[in-house]
Amino acid sequence: MNIRGKVKVLVLRTAGTNCDKETAFAFEQAGARSDLVHINRLIRKERTLLDYHILALPGGFSYGDDIASGKILANEIRFKLLGPLMRFIKAGRIVIGICNGFQVLVKAGILPNLSGGFNHIEATLSLNDSAKFEDRWVYLKPESSDPRSRNNNCIWTRDLSPVIYLPVAHAEGKFIPKDSATLKKLEQQGQITFRYSGKDGEKPSYPFNPNGSVGDIAGMCDPTGRVFGLMPHPERHIRHTQHPFWTRIPGRSEGDGMKIFRNGVEFIRKV
Amino acid sequence: MIYRIEVRDKKNIYDAVGEGVKKDIAELGIRGVKHVRFIQVYFLEGCLKRTAIPHIARMLLADPVTQEFSCFKPFSHEGGTCHIVEVGYNPGVMDPVEASALKALGDLNIPGVDSVRTARKFLIRGDVEESTVRFMSEKLLYNKVIQHIVIGRSHSAKIIPPYRFKLRTVNLSGAGDEELMRLSKTGQLFLNLDEMKAIKGYFSKAGKDPTDCELESIAQTWSEHCKHKTFRGDVDYKGKTIRNLLKSTVMKVTKDLDKKWCVSVFKDNAGVITFDDRFDVCFKVETHNHPSAIEPYGGAGTGIGGVIRDPLGTGLGAKPIMNTDVFCFGPPDTPLNKVPKGTLHPKRVMKGVVGGVRDYGNRMGIPTTNGAVLFDERYIGNPLVYCGNVGILPKNMTSKRVDPGDLVVVVGGRTGRDGIHGATFSSGELTEESETVSGQAVQIGNAITEKKVTDTILQARDAGLYKAITDCGAGGLSSAVGEMGEETGAEIYLDRVPLKYKGLSYTEIWISEAQERMVLAVHPRKVKRLLEVFEAENVEATVIGRFTGTGRLNLFYEKHPVADLSMDFLHNGGPDVKRKAVWKKPLYKEPHKPCPKDLTPYLARILSSWNVASKEWVIRQYDHEVQGGSVLKPLQGIDCDGPGDACVIRPVLDSERGIAVSNGINFLYGLIDPYWMAASCIDEAIRQIIAVGGDIERIALLDNFCWGNTDKPDVLGALVRSSLACYDIAKAYKVPFISGKDSLNNEFRTAKGTIQIPATLLISAIGIIGDVTRTVSMDFKDAGNFIYAAGATGAAMGGSHYWKILGYTGNAVPTVDPLRARRYMKKLTRAIGRGMVRSCHDCSEGGIGVALSEMAFAGGIGADISLQRVVQKGRIRRDDILLFSESNSRFIIEVPKGKRQAFERIMEGEPIALIGETKRSSRVRVEGMDGSIVVDAALSELKAAWQKPFGNW
Repeated sequence: MNIRGKVKVLVLRTAGTNCDKETAFAFEQAGARSDLVHINRLIRKERTLLDYHILALPGGFSYGDDIASGKILANEIRFKLLGPLMRFIKAGRIVIGICNGFQVLVKAGILPNLSGGFNHIEATLSLNDSAKFEDRWVYLKPESSDPRSRNNNCIWTRDLSPVIYLPVAHAEGKFIPKDSATLKKLEQQGQITFRYSGKDGEKPSYPFNPNGSVGDIAGMCDPTGRVFGLMPHPERHIRHTQHPFWTRIPGRSEGDGMKIFRNGVEFIRKV
Repeated sequence: MIYRIEVRDKKNIYDAVGEGVKKDIAELGIRGVKHVRFIQVYFLEGCLKRTAIPHIARMLLADPVTQEFSCFKPFSHEGGTCHIVEVGYNPGVMDPVEASALKALGDLNIPGVDSVRTARKFLIRGDVEESTVRFMSEKLLYNKVIQHIVIGRSHSAKIIPPYRFKLRTVNLSGAGDEELMRLSKTGQLFLNLDEMKAIKGYFSKAGKDPTDCELESIAQTWSEHCKHKTFRGDVDYKGKTIRNLLKSTVMKVTKDLDKKWCVSVFKDNAGVITFDDRFDVCFKVETHNHPSAIEPYGGAGTGIGGVIRDPLGTGLGAKPIMNTDVFCFGPPDTPLNKVPKGTLHPKRVMKGVVGGVRDYGNRMGIPTTNGAVLFDERYIGNPLVYCGNVGILPKNMTSKRVDPGDLVVVVGGRTGRDGIHGATFSSGELTEESETVSGQAVQIGNAITEKKVTDTILQARDAGLYKAITDCGAGGLSSAVGEMGEETGAEIYLDRVPLKYKGLSYTEIWISEAQERMVLAVHPRKVKRLLEVFEAENVEATVIGRFTGTGRLNLFYEKHPVADLSMDFLHNGGPDVKRKAVWKKPLYKEPHKPCPKDLTPYLARILSSWNVASKEWVIRQYDHEVQGGSVLKPLQGIDCDGPGDACVIRPVLDSERGIAVSNGINFLYGLIDPYWMAASCIDEAIRQIIAVGGDIERIALLDNFCWGNTDKPDVLGALVRSSLACYDIAKAYKVPFISGKDSLNNEFRTAKGTIQIPATLLISAIGIIGDVTRTVSMDFKDAGNFIYAAGATGAAMGGSHYWKILGYTGNAVPTVDPLRARRYMKKLTRAIGRGMVRSCHDCSEGGIGVALSEMAFAGGIGADISLQRVVQKGRIRRDDILLFSESNSRFIIEVPKGKRQAFERIMEGEPIALIGETKRSSRVRVEGMDGSIVVDAALSELKAAWQKPFGNW
């Protein structure tokens, strides 16, 4: 890839997108340049995906999450943008889907994409066991930090601390794989990136697993490690003062989510 | 042709909706229900191939992993008794899913679908009678105002008949007084006789009878909701006439103080103050009480949706950045037989209201970071729903301009029959029949439409494509166009207004309060570019007329003139209102009980009272962090569950500047003396901002009066007294009001008599924070720090929660000494700014006892204090009064030992006392005047008491 000047991020917008600006801001803090682009402009070919290095699908309620969260945008991408998106991914570019963006990637069959064919919907994100929207902070264990599990090759989650702290804010975040074979393959292929955990890394019960996700799964990548999605919001923890009890913590260290954006930008720079 | 598709979770998938309903049924006290299964139903109407239906189900409606579907006919269900309840929307009520579903069908490349409707179907198994199923459905599953049910069989969507034009006039010329009042009542105009006579006079001079449309326009413009005729009228009080109560009290504070940073006050949709040298911020709080009473979910959702459009319609449009919500409900444990006819149970109202605010606010991507929930029996029939929004706009964007020749453009949602008569309805009282008569006044919102409108309006604003903007709120187009064209006049072609469905009359189009619409004034040269901005993101925008220079309002439908009114009469033709006000201090019983030796159980009871208890169940359902600017969240401390004071956000992500928002509300004081209620509310709102490190020199206030029927002199007297306090106290604090709102006639009429709400004033405060990294939260941080109490504690226990749990109201209400308090608040701000304070919490309900407990269990840090050194106002001999007094202007402050001297030097000469120390002990211990221990409780015990009431919702 030829990177002249800044790494360019396309933050995808549509009706009901609402974490676009802070996601763009996080990438800018990581040294990239971000553009907020409405999906109509891609469909009408006023903008080209391949002009960008990173595609970010931010949080929100695309099309109101009517019918099911992320479903309508997922279909729109499947039926109107799948070609350009497959070319984008095959060209070595990278993708992140956060919260609603993750729901979209899963429901469009772009994640987990176990066989790499983009044509199977292998999992879903469904209504929380609590049957309602909840905003709360959760502890996440990056899979690669657990020596017992197979290291995954996700480029977005490299070198994270053993447990990180991010907020979730969703009603439909319960990860359910199609069947146990799917779950097994996900694990075998090292595609699971995050699991919810207790404070000290122990197995979580509610509310530490905030939605009842199978296997406590909070985030995953595709087999290439370049397409990544998660329910928690890393863009909501890039600065010290976003931490829910920053007033108890001395110093001004950056938030746990910042590293994820920096990993993305640095990966592109090094290609 | 209508096609039916049913979708349900597969057998092995946890049915969270069904399980939730089952739990709610059990809570209703109904036994015997073994299992509830939820099924989502879709009706597709149109001309399409039969084979397309399963394709649509597979590709769009059902999740391939977790769900299954049945096309054309319901799922067959096997085994056991099974009641089927299917809940659908009434004709004319917007189905929020429709627009998205049609868009998705377009993406699937399936043409021919004209409409999509949804229904929710519940299979209820167990040993229950059909009458019980009907009862529980009414209590839990549907609201007849907007929905209907079919039990036992399936139904299909209904169709609305088309509309044929027919001009309707109302015979006023021949009407006597009685007939005028009858017309006012049956037409839901809510106009009084003087007003009806003024209208009759105007039309007889014009030599015609009014059309229904003209009459509706006048009724809406003159409604209490839009015109605030009580507040802006004259009042006889104590032998004197107060001219324009609002101008001579609340607004006068601002005028007298003349703060440079007040940019635009009391004239636009929200009050505007300076944020920094690049931006201004604006703030508005509204009420949506009556709609929320009869349809809590829709009423509250459109309440928040409506107030978001206020900042969006302020100046040339502000970006909404924060929501605040304050509710008053009946007690959630009210027995079913105590709920009056025509009223929903308070718990259902609360769940619906919270759900409405949650779904709308979250979908808008606006953090809801501040609020309060209060309870009292008198709110059962008439709950209060206050919704507020803060917006940010670039500097020099506060002025609007409308010139003759400018086009009138309506943007956003389509117009439907929803929300008709909202402005007049909200100006009347609620009755047992309200839910049937005024059902049309209730709307269901569609947040995504409003989000799209917001996104595109801000683009159009930045491109300079329009000159004026306002929202379509109460009164719909009638109000929006009437206001914008007041100076110029306007002509509107009602048949050009995009409709949700056919069948609306011209008058319905004109006064519909369908949500998510904004009106713009656009120079003809810019209209093409403007429409392109909206089109690019699938937002509907339509030119519906133009502003003229005639000073008249002219409405047309298919070329027929349907209204021709002078703008001057419309806006200024109403007769002046003059009312009488009296106020007499009520007398309540006082408790005569000696001070208990052990205050621990009393502390626990106050912590467990509905008003004080943790509202985490509510707060968690709101996204309080979207937009990425949260600094002090509503839930604080080591386990993220302590009750914060003001919230702080950073609206501009690359700046350390922030805003703090808080509220003050205490109707219990108003029962005793509305003057000191208002004073206390102002104090509470201000001190919460001071507690996080805000500066009293940069705080602005909003007033929101929710009152009973002000035709009654004593009710108006309470309003006058509160207004006078607003002037006195805010003036002395040097804190201006920038906007406000009043909602009168909050009463509920039953066969047995009228239930009046307690006079309830909400004061909302917004403070500008210079550096958010210097703010402090309320949770104790470390063991071994000093605990100070600032402010004097007095013996006025009237309206306190301590008296309340003992069953008394009392007569002596806390007062405010603003001159003194202002002085030490400024010093406290300085101490916090210099990093001397680790935590700070204001004392409100439950006094020092509750504040201390909250700080301790939020921080997971124990505390030992003594009541001996607490600064007293007068001489207090009782430990219970010292511990639970709710005297105003007080703070509990945690200061590291090493900062003691510096802190005391700053606070020198002020009423502060070192009352104790934080401890590693995990207990709260309070020593009484004689050295004996009056409270000794584990943190876990106190926290459990505080969390219990909403713990299992």
